[in-house]
Amino acid sequence: MSKEKIALCEDLADVMPPEYQELVATATFGNQDRGWKDIGSSKELIEQHSLCAGCPESIAFRFIMSSIPNPEDSVFVGSTGCTSLVFPQVGIHNIHSLFGNQNAIASGLQRALAVRFPDRVKDVYVLAGDGATVDIGLDMTMQSWFRQEKFTTICFDNELYANTGGQESGLMQKGFVAKMAPVGKKFEKVKLPEIAFESGCHYVAILTVSKPNRVEQAIRRATYVAREFGPTYIQLYTPCILEIGKQSMEGLDEMKDSESIGGRFVMRELMTDEVKAFIKEKEAEDKARRKQAKAVTA
Amino acid sequence: MNKKVDGQNSRILLSEKVKVGSKGPVNLTVADPNEMFFEAKRKPAFLTGSEVIKEAIRRANLDMSVAYPITPQSEAAALIGELFSEGYLKEYFRGESEFAVMGQCAGAAFGGARVFTTTAGPGTLRAMENFPMWAGSRLPIQVCVTCRGINSPLSIQPDTLELYYMLETGALVWHAETAQDLYDWILGGFMVAEQPDVHLPLALACDGFFVTHTKDNVMIQEDEICLPEYDPYRSPVPCMDMEVPPIRMMRDPFVMKSNYISYMTHASWQQEVRAAIDRSRKHTKVIMGGSLIETENLDREILLVSSGTAVSQGREAIRLLEEEGIKVGLVKIKSLRPFPFEELREATANAKTIFVPEFNVAGWLAREIKACIPDNQRVIAGPHVAGGMTMPSEVIVMEIKKGLGMKVEALSGRG
Repeated sequence: MSKEKIALCEDLADVMPPEYQELVATATFGNQDRGWKDIGSSKELIEQHSLCAGCPESIAFRFIMSSIPNPEDSVFVGSTGCTSLVFPQVGIHNIHSLFGNQNAIASGLQRALAVRFPDRVKDVYVLAGDGATVDIGLDMTMQSWFRQEKFTTICFDNELYANTGGQESGLMQKGFVAKMAPVGKKFEKVKLPEIAFESGCHYVAILTVSKPNRVEQAIRRATYVAREFGPTYIQLYTPCILEIGKQSMEGLDEMKDSESIGGRFVMRELMTDEVKAFIKEKEAEDKARRKQAKAVTA
Repeated sequence: MNKKVDGQNSRILLSEKVKVGSKGPVNLTVADPNEMFFEAKRKPAFLTGSEVIKEAIRRANLDMSVAYPITPQSEAAALIGELFSEGYLKEYFRGESEFAVMGQCAGAAFGGARVFTTTAGPGTLRAMENFPMWAGSRLPIQVCVTCRGINSPLSIQPDTLELYYMLETGALVWHAETAQDLYDWILGGFMVAEQPDVHLPLALACDGFFVTHTKDNVMIQEDEICLPEYDPYRSPVPCMDMEVPPIRMMRDPFVMKSNYISYMTHASWQQEVRAAIDRSRKHTKVIMGGSLIETENLDREILLVSSGTAVSQGREAIRLLEEEGIKVGLVKIKSLRPFPFEELREATANAKTIFVPEFNVAGWLAREIKACIPDNQRVIAGPHVAGGMTMPSEVIVMEIKKGLGMKVEALSGRG
């Protein structure tokens, strides 16, 4: 999509909603060096949200939407859950169909877009909760990795089923007492990052969303690698403050605690040496381009 | 009740972007479907039902198909793979289950591709959650359902029970009797399902084995021609390819909100899907020779009304009865969704007794007919066979004689 496609018809411009006018005027479509630092100075691709006050998932959404390098040619696939409350308010095409089939939808979508637009880069992202990714949809999640489908799977890991009211999930910690785990969860948190790497993901990252620059870096790396090599996977800790008994202000602390030394969300990346070299090269290119752009504006 | 729509002299409407005479896949040339279906020279081909599916798909200008093995559709799905290797379609792969396959088909259709797949029996039920989603998302995917029994006990034999489950998914549902129906309706089905005022999935059913695994003479186009390609920008909902403005779609997401607007949104959209099924009548009649039903001798007091290969068995039963001086008329129902309400009321107006032979235990077609005609005590739901049993014409003859109060000999040892 080029920017002309969202341009306003002059005769009708004054009746268009202000959100859309802002989208045309200041959104960062077409700027390949966009990033989380644009938040506050340009129109974000997420228009409000109806998640709980202080929900880390809402800030994760903002970081992701500001970090994807190619929003004008990106499509998201979601699943049922808290994320499906946000997607209707995002300025990017997104598909909700069923619960758990997100990687199947993305497989068909990515291939269809590759067929229809052979000369263009169309990025496809799956963004779903841990129940959709690891429990009900695990088969389709892993099969898309086995088949080397070229898209990025992002999992909002809040370690439980949030939208249905806090039930046990596969990514919940062992021993945690929750609905449907009345005497505590009996088995370990599923090691999906390792499973993803063994299943054929070329880039895997696990982290919290406490630091926007890290989220941005992971999203850009996953996108570049998915285009060139195949499937990539990002697992983001977005604690459900409501269901683990925290206050609205405590989400950030919860994430920081979990990523301190010995915590279960210390940032980790898994990739082959080949991918590592590719990322290094790609990031050097990005850096040079930014430097040049800065020199021109200065 | 639907108003009767005249299908005679109507034409298939095309996208403005269609360029008749342009190059299609491999050696094919894009044709105007009106000429392709009704005027183009045809030649006979002696083919199995699975091969018929292949020959239709070869000419369908298809973008993508996703396959999964389940008897009796496996051969057709594999033959479409051969077409892919020859370049007739642009993408093809094996999915991991029918639930996933229908999701993959949906993803491709969301992305603007023309998509075809096949399934049967247990696969149809495993995939079931997808079909209302296809319809609600207005994806014009075509799935060929080669009907087979549903477990338990395990059966891989022909049985049409799965179609009962399909009827309220919001998809168009057609039931082919012969290989020729199957061939013509696969191609015509894309043209109907993709109309902007329809834009719904089509479940094109045929009876497994009886149609898929038997050989029949089918008239296919002589020239190397194919359908025009799918134009995703004729869809009544945005194609999810980021080529149309990504405006925020709702001020407030209606899902899971308990308020009147959310109920209203859901209910009105479901009604719109049903209305789109209704609007497909005028397009479907063009494909089906002018009517959603085919009739013979409606002046007779006894009628056989059925769909699929039960109709073929009925034709032979009518011949046998005729030899004994018993005169019976016939109604073949071609489309189950939309259902030919008005056509059936008219066709059965003179009938005193209506027999409905079916290949399933539920007798769903008889229920559908009973729900739409006056004086429905006239409908006798039977004979039924299920789980793979054949329906010899003699069984239909016996059912009709019994229904008329005549003495019949037991058909001992017959399936």
